[in-house]
Parts: sequence; structure tokens; C-alpha cells
Amino acid sequence: MVPASQTPIPAARTLDQLRAAIARLERASASHGMAPLAFGVAALDDAMPQGGLTRAALHEVAGAGLDREHGALGARFAAGILARLAGPVLWVVGHGALTPPFAPGLASVGLNPDRVVYAQARHDATLLVMEEGLRHRGLAGVVAEFAAPLSLTASRRLQLAAEATGVMAILLHRQYRSALSEAAGATAAATRWRIAALPSGPALPHAPDVPGLAAARWRIDLTRCRGGRTGSWIMEACDASGRLGLAAPLAHGPAAAERRLRA
Amino acid sequence: MIPNQPVVTALHDGRRRVVAAADAAAQLLGLRPGMALAHAAAVVSGLTVMAAEPEADAAALCRLAAWCRRYTPLAAPDSPDGLWLDITGSAHLFGGEAALAGGLAARLGRDGLMASAAVADTPGAAHAAARYAPGVLPAGEHLALCGPLPIAALRLPPDTVAMLRRLGFDRVADLDRVPRAGLVRRFGPMVTLRLDQLAGRVREPIVPLLPVDALQHRVTFMEPLLTADALSQAITHLVTPLCGQMERAGQGARRLDLLFERVDGATQAVRIGTARPSRDARHLARLLDEHLEKIDPGLGIEAMRLVIPLAEPLHWQQDGDALTELAADISALVDRLSNRLGAERVYRMAPVESDVPERSLRRVPALALPGGTWSGPHPAPLRLLDPPCLVEALALLPDQPPAAFIWRRRRHVIRRADGPERIYGEWWRRDGEVSAVRVYFRVEDADGNRFWLFRQGDGVDPATGGLRWFLHGIF
Repeated sequence: MVPASQTPIPAARTLDQLRAAIARLERASASHGMAPLAFGVAALDDAMPQGGLTRAALHEVAGAGLDREHGALGARFAAGILARLAGPVLWVVGHGALTPPFAPGLASVGLNPDRVVYAQARHDATLLVMEEGLRHRGLAGVVAEFAAPLSLTASRRLQLAAEATGVMAILLHRQYRSALSEAAGATAAATRWRIAALPSGPALPHAPDVPGLAAARWRIDLTRCRGGRTGSWIMEACDASGRLGLAAPLAHGPAAAERRLRA
Repeated sequence: MIPNQPVVTALHDGRRRVVAAADAAAQLLGLRPGMALAHAAAVVSGLTVMAAEPEADAAALCRLAAWCRRYTPLAAPDSPDGLWLDITGSAHLFGGEAALAGGLAARLGRDGLMASAAVADTPGAAHAAARYAPGVLPAGEHLALCGPLPIAALRLPPDTVAMLRRLGFDRVADLDRVPRAGLVRRFGPMVTLRLDQLAGRVREPIVPLLPVDALQHRVTFMEPLLTADALSQAITHLVTPLCGQMERAGQGARRLDLLFERVDGATQAVRIGTARPSRDARHLARLLDEHLEKIDPGLGIEAMRLVIPLAEPLHWQQDGDALTELAADISALVDRLSNRLGAERVYRMAPVESDVPERSLRRVPALALPGGTWSGPHPAPLRLLDPPCLVEALALLPDQPPAAFIWRRRRHVIRRADGPERIYGEWWRRDGEVSAVRVYFRVEDADGNRFWLFRQGDGVDPATGGLRWFLHGIF
């Protein structure tokens, strides 16, 4: 046995090499040669391991506050992502009081409703239907609205299905009038997002008294990111082509607006 | 034949002539099958009597059973006046059991046949309920619900029924309460057998009519099959040659029936449908595989038969065309989801020309060709509450957004708003909408949540609406 002190190990370099090797392995198995989907906002893309959302992976999205139940912000966020991919989309919706997404609303962030096939599944069948969709290579992505905590096993199944075909999986958490704690358990998802509404700025920055609505403002929290960093950003909601914009924080308006132009 | 004119058919019972069947008008007048014809003629003057033709009736019933194969592969005549349909594996294609039974009875009614339908766990219970309490008996409750039915519901010979009634048995439940040994000694095994069949203690197989002209393939097994894996293998062996046959005939299957013949003589069936004609063996086999869990192999399956009752022309397709490949891929997915969830639960939305948001779209089949353009309100909410939800709000008339509104006991103070946008009622759809107006506002509350509110009425003319506020959407 050689004492550890006699062989100086360049720990940082070894770690870096190992990380790179793992990243290569993961990329080879999971990327299907498809580039990750960047948001086009440097601050957001830098947090993710390959500079964007991995296509062949499971992503979790949840609303915050009032939207935990309605999932309108989360659905808009998901639609904005899928709007920028090509191909049909399977949207698994629930029964009864959980309202499905309003098709013109999807169109308003650039996801043409003609691309969307809805499947209405009972709560216990939602994940099965989602997995079924993920097995079909022709799809751009599968969104499922789910009103229960996601177990580690179930999330692994979805992640593996997405990896096998390269179809993007987005699980939209909704809570139907219940006080369930936020789904914070460990899952196999690549990323987990939380979208919260923030008060927006005046419609016309130079004339704050003129009534009207500016672009909606969101706080986007990346609360989990495999191989990347978590973070929190204030953004302008998806525009008509599904793109997010970096918002000017209220406190220092003009300066931040300048930054946005550069970004 | 003149409607509402009582008609009976008659046949010889020994030396006297008796009523074999009576139509609705005759039954209203008190005529019943089994009555002496002389008696009937005395009760109703001008009664039309026709000779009964039992053989022709039986043949017609067979034809009707064959027609019923559109609903299930397991259809059989139940002489003299009934039909058996085992809808276990096919009800999902018709919107559920109640919809299938109701639709079938209504369809037969339109063709001038008096029909009543019942769905139950056992053939005996369905037979009894169809005649005395039509409807869908919930699973597991057939015995309790058939208890109050009269003994005649049990498919017993008339003299046995008469004797039982003389002994004080009126209801099915009465028979279940007495010792069985006595019943068997007095009436033979029939009474207890019918009771057991009704309760499901004795299985009663439905022997299905098989189509003669459809493409089909049957395999028998040396050893009865028991496991799902073995059955799944057998499905592959059935599907492949049939797909070859379809290819030679230029056909693709729209519907497939898979019949499992059990060692004990019972037949079980699975039916699947496809959204587009298909002869892709792998796809069809997977669709069938999904329903294997519904099959109870019992002591083993000794033969399987795959029938294609509905096929459509499907022409040669060149492989490798990216566009058709994509379309084919989606149709495979749609098939699988439709067979699992029901066809009406897999759909797309299509735009409809209407300014009223909830009417601006409709469901279409998932593989329908896209048509129309999506304009709609812009920007549109992502969730539309249908029906709109009444909220408490106050606002200055006519064109100011509310300062706050209360929804589900929570107060939302409005900080910013956009509007008004007026949407006028569509008088050509409903009289009530001639002058109706909705005034829409997009509003944002103090937390940044965005809502779509509208007020009924333009705030000037009371005829346009009652000034109540509704929440219609969430952005």
C-alpha cells in the first residue's frame, strides 16, 4: 500500500477529466445527434450543461402560487419550447375540472394547434399514455399534465423512454385544489422549472400612466438541472414565436433595458 | 300493414291454435303470447291473424345477429326472440356499455323492431334484465338487481314457472333462499342451473356466429396456451399470414377481431379498430397484445381465430418518403391511444369561425386533415374556463376595467388592464343572443397573475346584458 501523501494527485484535473468522460458517454447515448434546444438567452443557456435543453430527456415544469392549480404559465412555457421544435406534439390532458389548454392560447406562443394531438387520460393512465407517446420517434415532444407527485421509478421510466427515441418529455405539475407540498422529491428528470408570475411594467415605459398591458413578466426558477447549475431569472414571457426575453428589473429600468438589448 | 292495427301471429299447439306473438297494439289490448286464439279473437274484434313462421323467424334472427357483428365479434341469436352480444372487448369503441346498448336499441327501433337491451355480467342476468328491467347493471351487482325480477325471467319452461308460482315463488330472490336439494328433487336440475348461470356460478358460453366472407385465419395448438407470452407469440403467427393475404388483396384492416377458444368451450374476444387501413403486422400485433390482459385463459386456450370484418383498400406505398413516414407514425400512435383510451378521447382541435371564444374551436378526429386558420382572440388565454365563472366585481360604466374582483373567496386587486374588447352575440345561433354583448378585459392583479374577464352588457343599453362579471380565462 502506498501512502496517499507520496503520490500527489492533481485532484481538480482528474475530476475534470472524469466529468468530461461522463458527459461524452451521456451525450453519445442520449443526444441522438440532435443539438440541444437553446433559449437564445445567454444567462439561461449557460446554466444548462450543453447550452440548452436536452431534447431526449424529461423536463418537469410547475407553476407557482395561484398557477400551481391552473398550470397556465407552465403550459405556456412548455408550448413556447415545443413551438421551436418541428413535428407533432402529444398533449396528455386530464379529465373533468382540469381544463385542457385553449388551442388559440397555444397558437399565441407559436405552437400551431394543428400540430397538437390531445389525449384525455384518467389520472392513473396519464404517465402510461405519456410513455406510449415517447416511444414514437415522429413526435417533437410529449406534454403531460399530472396532478400527483412523480415517483422516482415513474420518472426513470419516462426518462429512459425519452432517451431511447429522442422525443422531448415535459411533465407539467398541477395541483387540483389541494394543499399538497410542492413535488420536491428526487426524480430522474434532467431539469425542473418553476414559473411564477411577477407584476409587469407599464405598457409604455416613457408614459407610465397610459393604461394597457406590457409583455407578461415571469420569474423562472431552474430548481434542478442535471450536470448544470440552478438559477433564477426574471424574464419576459414567451412571445409569438415562443421565445423568452430577459426582462428589465423594475428597480433600475433604463440601465437594464440597455442590457437586454445587448443580450 | 296499417299501423296501430292489432296483429298477432298464431300457431298450432296440439289441436288448438294459440297466439305466438303479439305486436305492441295487440299487447296494449291485453293479448299475450300463449293465449288461445279463440279467446284473443273474442277480446279484440277485427284482429289481424297471421300464421307464425318459426323457421323464417329463426333465420331472420340469425341475419340480425350477423348484422350485430358490427358491435362485437361475439354475437349470437338467442331463440326465439333474443340476441346475445358479448361486448367485453369492444364496448370502448362505441363510447362505453350504456352508449352501445342504447344506440343498438334505438337503431333497431328505427327499423321497426321492438327492442330492449340490457348489459350485465352474465348472459343469464342480461337475458332477465333485457326483458324485465332494461339498462346497464353495474358490475358485480347483477345478482342483487335481478333478485326482485319475476321467475319468468329465468328462461324456464312455462309449466315449471306456473308450478313454481303455485308454490309461492314469485321472485328470483325467493328461489335463492330455499334449500337447493328440494328444488332439484322436485323440478330437476334446470331451476338451479338457471340460477347459477344468472349468478355466474356456472359459465355459459356464447357460441358466436362467424362471418363467412371475411378474411380470417385460425390456428389450433397442440397444448393449450396459458401464459400471456405464449398468446402474444400466437398473435404474431396469426397476424403475419393475414397481412400477407391483405397485401395480395390490396386491402388494409380497419377492424380486427381476435377470438380465443378455451378448452372448456367458452369463447372470448378482443376487438380493435384502426384509424387508417393498416396491414403492418408489427403494429397490428402490438394493438392486439395490449388487450391480452382482458383475456382469462381459464384452463387454457386451444385455438385462436383472427378475423378482419372490416377492411378498406390500401394501395402500395413506397418506403422512405419522409412525409408519409411521419404520417404513418402518428397514425400508429393514434391507434394505440384510441384503443386504450377510447377513440373520442384522442383528438385534435380545429378552428371554427366565431367570435365567441368557447365556440371558436371544436374537436376533430386526431388524423383529420387540418383546415382553417387560427386567428382567435390575440393574445389568447391558455386556459379557458368553460362555462365562464361568475365573479364579484365592480367597475365604472361603460368602459372601465374593474378595480378588483373576488373569485373563489379570494380578492384580486387589479393593477393593470387592457380593453375593452366587445364581442357581440350570434343572433343566428340563438334567439337570446340578438342583442347580447360581452365586454372583455385583460387584467393583471397585484401578484402579476393575468386573467380574462368579461362583463355582460355594454353598460348603456340594459337589453345587452345584466352587467354581471365573469372570469373566462387565465393567461
